[in-house]
Amino acid sequence: MPHIRLPEGIPRILGPMAFSPETAKPLNELAEVLLRGPSSLTPAEREMVATYVSSQNDCYFCQNAHGAVAAYHLGGDEAAIRELKKDFETAPVSDKLKALLALAGKVQRGGKHVAAEDVERARLQGATDKEIHDTVLIASAFCMYNRYVDGLATWAPQDPEMYRANGKRLAEQGYVRSTDHLSMKAGG
Amino acid sequence: MAHIKLADGVPGIRGPMLISPETTRPLRELAEVLLRGPNTLTPAEREMIATYVSSENGCYYCQYSHGAAAAEHLGGDYALIDQVKQNFAAAPVSSKLKALLAIAGKVQRGGKHVTPEDVERALEQGATDKEIHDTVLITAAFCMFNRYVDGLGTWQPQDPEVYREIGQRIAKHGYNAPGWERSVSATGK
Repeated sequence: MPHIRLPEGIPRILGPMAFSPETAKPLNELAEVLLRGPSSLTPAEREMVATYVSSQNDCYFCQNAHGAVAAYHLGGDEAAIRELKKDFETAPVSDKLKALLALAGKVQRGGKHVAAEDVERARLQGATDKEIHDTVLIASAFCMYNRYVDGLATWAPQDPEMYRANGKRLAEQGYVRSTDHLSMKAGG
Repeated sequence: MAHIKLADGVPGIRGPMLISPETTRPLRELAEVLLRGPNTLTPAEREMIATYVSSENGCYYCQYSHGAAAAEHLGGDYALIDQVKQNFAAAPVSSKLKALLAIAGKVQRGGKHVTPEDVERALEQGATDKEIHDTVLITAAFCMFNRYVDGLGTWQPQDPEVYREIGQRIAKHGYNAPGWERSVSATGK
């Protein structure tokens, strides 16, 4: 049961977002620009960073929701996402993404864990300053989203089909519109 | 030295914010609504939560800039902010704020650390659902801001005057006012 009384019948992060629309707006806009805005990292790569961090934070909802978006971007390759969460160093992803995931793992534990060598490794694999910046901010942002979801003990569905459908919707429509139907519901 | 190329003389979060305006806009809007938007928790109380979490995360820039903002909201009571960081249970703040700071400390370690008892204690001290929600989200947001600042190895001056200036500016103008991007006048040595 959630720690606070959230609107009924609205699962996951959408519960607190419907409860607090004034904070939901910048939270959704941040997710949109970080994960889907113009970037030399693909949406799939950015969703994989989000999924890996959520997995390290043990947030069931976020890792499955963003894992499904990443898999959808990869043409439905759910196996790649499972491998990535288990051990990204042996997963079928680029060396650059592996270096960025290593960086994300350090940020997940705490900003001070990032060493000059971690950044150097990413640069050697061709990562730009902007890609390093975005990786650090995506990892940081998911340390926020994960705590928001789990800190309020929101309800997370277990049905893989729900995550698949949700992943497709988020991949196609994005995050800013993801709560539109809630305000419509609230508005009558 | 910062891990990526950032402007010289620009402290803390302002450095990365300058190179990424598209992410800066929602980040500043989030800080503004969380810490200064309409709320039954005062801006000082919310800045104290932000300061305590930043202190637990060991983020120098965030704990001193938000600590200064909290102190300036309280007429310059910097001693109280030090007490809250050292041991909030013994600090002269309300029992409600102590219960909310306890929740914040749990969220800082990880969302799953929050127990129904933590929430029950806050409710007993008069906290509303909205105040508990906001405490969780402020804490979660500072687990983001702190990592952003430290994860990029930003420049964090040690001069208290720098933070006093930042705190005064935040308390007066907030997070979304033009001019946040300029470098500070004092130079930390």
